[in-house]
Amino acid sequence: MKRREFLASGAAVAAGGAAIAAGIRPAKAQGRSDVLLTISENHPNSLDIHGVGANRPAYEASWNLYDRLMTFGVKKDANGNDHYDYSALKPELAEEWDLGPNSVTFKLRKDAKFHDGTPVTAKDVKWSFDRAVTVGGFPTFQMKAGSLEKPEQFVVVDDHTFRVDFLRADKLTMPDLAVPVPAVFNSGLAKKNATDADPWAMEWLKNNAAGGGAYKVERWAPGQELIFARFDDWKSGPLPKIRRVVWRQVPSAGNRRALLERGDADISFDLPNKDFAELAAAKSLTVIGTPVENALQYVGLNVTKPPFDNIKVRQAVAYAIPYQQIMDAVMFGRGIPMFGGKGVTDASWPQPAPYVTDINKAKQLMAEAGYPNGLETTLSFDLGLAGVNEPMCVLIQESLAQIGIKTTIAKVPGANWRNELLKKQMPLYTNTFGGWLNFPDYFFFWAYHSQNAVFNTMSYQDKAMDALIDAARFETDKAKYEAAVQGFIKKAWDEVPRIPLYQPYLNVAMQKNITGYRYWFHRQLDYRQLAKA
Amino acid sequence: MLQLIAQRLTAAVPGVLGVIVVTFLLSRALPGDPAAYFAGPAATPQAIEEIRQKLGLDRPMWEQFIDYIGDLVRGDLGNSLTTGQPVMQELVTRLPASAELTLLALVVAVLVAVPLGVLAAVKQGSWIDHLSRVVTTAGVSLPTFFTGLLLVYVFYYKLGWAPPPLGRLDIYFSPPDHVTGFYLIDSLIARDLELFVAALGQLILPASTLAVFALAPLARMTRASMLAVLSSDFIRTAKAGGLRSHTVVVTYAFRNAVLPVVTTLGMVFSFLLGANVLVEKVFSWPGIGSYAIESLIASDYAPVQGFVMTMALLYVFLNLLIDVLYGVIDPRVGIDA
Repeated sequence: MKRREFLASGAAVAAGGAAIAAGIRPAKAQGRSDVLLTISENHPNSLDIHGVGANRPAYEASWNLYDRLMTFGVKKDANGNDHYDYSALKPELAEEWDLGPNSVTFKLRKDAKFHDGTPVTAKDVKWSFDRAVTVGGFPTFQMKAGSLEKPEQFVVVDDHTFRVDFLRADKLTMPDLAVPVPAVFNSGLAKKNATDADPWAMEWLKNNAAGGGAYKVERWAPGQELIFARFDDWKSGPLPKIRRVVWRQVPSAGNRRALLERGDADISFDLPNKDFAELAAAKSLTVIGTPVENALQYVGLNVTKPPFDNIKVRQAVAYAIPYQQIMDAVMFGRGIPMFGGKGVTDASWPQPAPYVTDINKAKQLMAEAGYPNGLETTLSFDLGLAGVNEPMCVLIQESLAQIGIKTTIAKVPGANWRNELLKKQMPLYTNTFGGWLNFPDYFFFWAYHSQNAVFNTMSYQDKAMDALIDAARFETDKAKYEAAVQGFIKKAWDEVPRIPLYQPYLNVAMQKNITGYRYWFHRQLDYRQLAKA
Repeated sequence: MLQLIAQRLTAAVPGVLGVIVVTFLLSRALPGDPAAYFAGPAATPQAIEEIRQKLGLDRPMWEQFIDYIGDLVRGDLGNSLTTGQPVMQELVTRLPASAELTLLALVVAVLVAVPLGVLAAVKQGSWIDHLSRVVTTAGVSLPTFFTGLLLVYVFYYKLGWAPPPLGRLDIYFSPPDHVTGFYLIDSLIARDLELFVAALGQLILPASTLAVFALAPLARMTRASMLAVLSSDFIRTAKAGGLRSHTVVVTYAFRNAVLPVVTTLGMVFSFLLGANVLVEKVFSWPGIGSYAIESLIASDYAPVQGFVMTMALLYVFLNLLIDVLYGVIDPRVGIDA
């Protein structure tokens, strides 16, 4: 009889099918307490953080599969959630270290082993660091950010003693040794799989892990699932509580939410802000939003060409942005407002800029600038982040129309966005920038310095600004440093080549029984601290 | 028959060659710079330049094309940058996933649409005719991603009957040993009934989604074609001769009406492979459609080229199959038709 109905109509097919499925549902509720199911929009394209074009999910794989010499400590953030502590370096593979003016000497753990059982030695550390500074691309640039540039800097003293010689005094050297790039590889295993054409085993390590981290790969189907199993012999920290982590790619955001709400998935980043706001209000899941350190969403203005080469026009735009509407209707409150500030009060960064929505003032500035009848321009955004960018640009477009600025919205495909930024031709656009290393001078060095890096999307160049940024970067006196920081922040606001909007959150939603979530600067999940009740 | 197959295959060669050239040029003509994309958000222009050199994108177009042809001859479709795996290997593992889903959807669609169309034609104007009209209109007008999300919402989220839309298997199952790549078949070969049921459970919603979409043209074509045959002279003669209505409809009318249905079936199958892209995205299905779309977004050339190539070959094969089927169904269809 079921079969007849089955044939009767499409609806019955679905219903009948669901009934069969319903029959198998109870069989699967087993062994969940030490298995974590994490879901995400994208999946790693490599297990090797040194690989060409390794994507953000690859950082997560590498972070959990490999150990570094040091890691960062933990502190509580303003909401009482765990937050990595930039100021406290803690032992990981290195038990202790001796920091001198010209070098640092690490003592490695004597009992640490790689997943295949071979002991970790200083030779492995040297091989890994040599690799990072040699292969080029992202790892080499990241090492360079901490003045780690040449293989000669890395010295094997004995099996368990390793020294890094400094090229120059750089406050970023030590923290740069605790970011994901200087991971420690099993050099013996890697060399076995290297070829003459590929001496660093780039091909092999892309698909195979040679690490000694808290987790090892159990199964990997690229673009589908990656299963981690705990490495029970891990010595670099307390043994993680989760035995197995299953990481599935679920491209549809709606389904990621459904999976969380039904309790089938344990934890997920990347949902739309609206979903996070609703899930947080519903209270059936734990939703944690952590302000992304040193990151800002902004409206950029190309200062090399009219009309935005005129400070008054830029200020007019800054007074015409519908700030609060963006916070409410686009962000659903999940960001920290960076407007309506009281001027530069201290050397913290980011801090709110003094702009508010004031259409009359904006009109007046437009008239003073010589554009009483307004102007026409293009407002561009990255289609890859359309969920936030599109409604935001529509709101900005409406608001700018009130002061006579007619804008055409240009949607730039994600793959093309960086290209457009590099060309530095877009007159008006919205974008996000964040620095891994949490210093205001680091942010300004990339975003406002006349070296004109790709992140100085406005092509803003000013000698006085450079002087302040350079002074802050190498200043050791606290008072002088803070004076320089306050100086460049004030200048950035007065001349507004970019208009700050808000500091975004890194949002994550998880089941109530999951504890131990910690925010990391790399914005990926660290499985080692998680526990499931 | 063999001659026909050989003829068709030779005729397909220029087409396939054209596809190779066009996909190569098209993927290069697309806006977007893979080097900038894969250099990541923190890259400097030098980093991007280094990646461009590594990918060989700094060389003239014709050199890249010659390399590409050389690789093709060796059966090497290049590497995907988004998943980091060889394209050939990805296609081999993903094609069965798409094919299993599409074929199951097609079977469901045929099982529903053909009886529905036949009945609608025989009992023209009755409730079943109206039902057929409603179902086909709904099938044409509902976009597949919408049907998919709706089914997920109702049967998974609200009722909790369907398994989570997490791809081909729930997380507590491991895939069966690879024989055909079709989980339904492989699980039976492995004599693992539980796995078979699990795989089927995951298939039901996406296959139904696709089936709803495929139903409409099949049912309408069956009905129209049946109506035309039913009003023809030989049916009137058969009826006048006092043959049972079952014999008239099934043996005489249906056999003659089935040819346009088979043609539509071929077309629907190609539609389905296209519609797959969205359904695969909704159900996290690791098929070739979602693979192609993700690569396109990242302007990752190799998988896009590989995908178009595979599709072109698939169409050639499909058309061949349909031509052969014509001959089997209706011997009057000549070889040079």
